[in-house]
Amino acid sequence: MSIFNYFLKKEKKASASVAKERLQIIVAHERNKRQQPDYLPLMQQEIIDVIRKYVNIENDQVSVQLDNNDDCSVLELNITLPE
Amino acid sequence: MSKIIVVTSGKGGVGKTTTSAAIATGLALRGFKTVVIDFDVGLRNLDLIMGCERRVVYDFVNVINKEASLNQALIKDKRTPGLFILPASQTRDKDALSMEGVQTVLNDLAKDFEYIICDSPAGIEQGAQMALYFADEAIVVTNPEVSSVRDSDRILGILQSKSLKSEQGGSVKEHLLLTRYNPERVAAAEMLSVADVEDILAVPLLGVIPESEAVLKASNQGAPVILDQDSEAGQAYLDAVSRLLGEEAEHRFLEVQKVGFLKRLLGGKK
Ligand SMILES: Nc1ncnc2c1ncn2[C@@H]1O[C@H](COP(=O)(O)OP(=O)(O)OP(=O)(O)O)[C@@H](O)[C@H]1O
Ligand SMILES: [Mg+2]
Repeated sequence: MSIFNYFLKKEKKASASVAKERLQIIVAHERNKRQQPDYLPLMQQEIIDVIRKYVNIENDQVSVQLDNNDDCSVLELNITLPE
Repeated sequence: MSKIIVVTSGKGGVGKTTTSAAIATGLALRGFKTVVIDFDVGLRNLDLIMGCERRVVYDFVNVINKEASLNQALIKDKRTPGLFILPASQTRDKDALSMEGVQTVLNDLAKDFEYIICDSPAGIEQGAQMALYFADEAIVVTNPEVSSVRDSDRILGILQSKSLKSEQGGSVKEHLLLTRYNPERVAAAEMLSVADVEDILAVPLLGVIPESEAVLKASNQGAPVILDQDSEAGQAYLDAVSRLLGEEAEHRFLEVQKVGFLKRLLGGKK
């Protein structure tokens, strides 16, 4: 077995665990989105529009997330302002 | 009391129809009066897998539109006593099924049958939603592969928010059925393992059906693979039926089989 083959084999070995990691991330993300109220995307867009009146930002510089705890919900708003 | 079980997946071609035919046949073999309904409007296929394609006269849509009675449309299985098939329509009209129509037919079937198995079409749109809406339980068919697992999670989301049970504040009982499992490839770390998929989806495991040549053979012959009790796939489906009925059964065919030298030489088949 050449050294080249050895590395090929190694790479193959990792493929199922790469799949698992990617799935865990995307599934968690999509579950989170599912639990959010329907109005959230529109609200996020309006927030972005308001900020844009004052600062020039891109859509991906604003993240909105709603976390449901037992007795209350927390709306987390993260805005990264340009330098 | 009649139980409605939907066989669903999101992703297409993962083994829903194969599973619907096997599970329905298995329940009838165990003595339960069972009907299996093809919800795949426009793409009727369950009839072929059950081997009754030449006997289809009326279909699900005819019954909903009152062009035929339920008794006229139901096909009695020739192999397994107590088993009936309600074929899908071949109409190209995707909206041929109405929620009220489906409900009426299910209510009528519930008077006669102990188990109603609904073979869902692929996707997460109206057809798939119709097939799962009235379900008491769901068998989520998943292949050990990224897109199938992701789609299964989406269909679980729909079961948890857009089913009658969920709207009434309850929940549809979920089962994971992993199909086309290849222990060799899992051992080589090329394929997601049972444990990986269970980890991600967090749904109780109903069974693992190995990738098996017996499935193609069964569909060629029009006899559900569960009747091929020499095959690993057939036996794995029998086990899944036992678990569905609440019995304990050890999971088999998860490990690489040690094939003897002679068998390998002669080309051992699964
Ligand atoms: N355990 C298995 N081993 C080998 N082949 C299988 C297995 N299960 C299913 N197949 C094959 O996969 C293909 C798709 O199966 P099937 O028609 O049951 O899927 P489906 O989910 O109903 O598809 P669709 O989404 O189109 O309705 C068929 O060719 C079938 O023979
Ligand atoms: Mg199908």
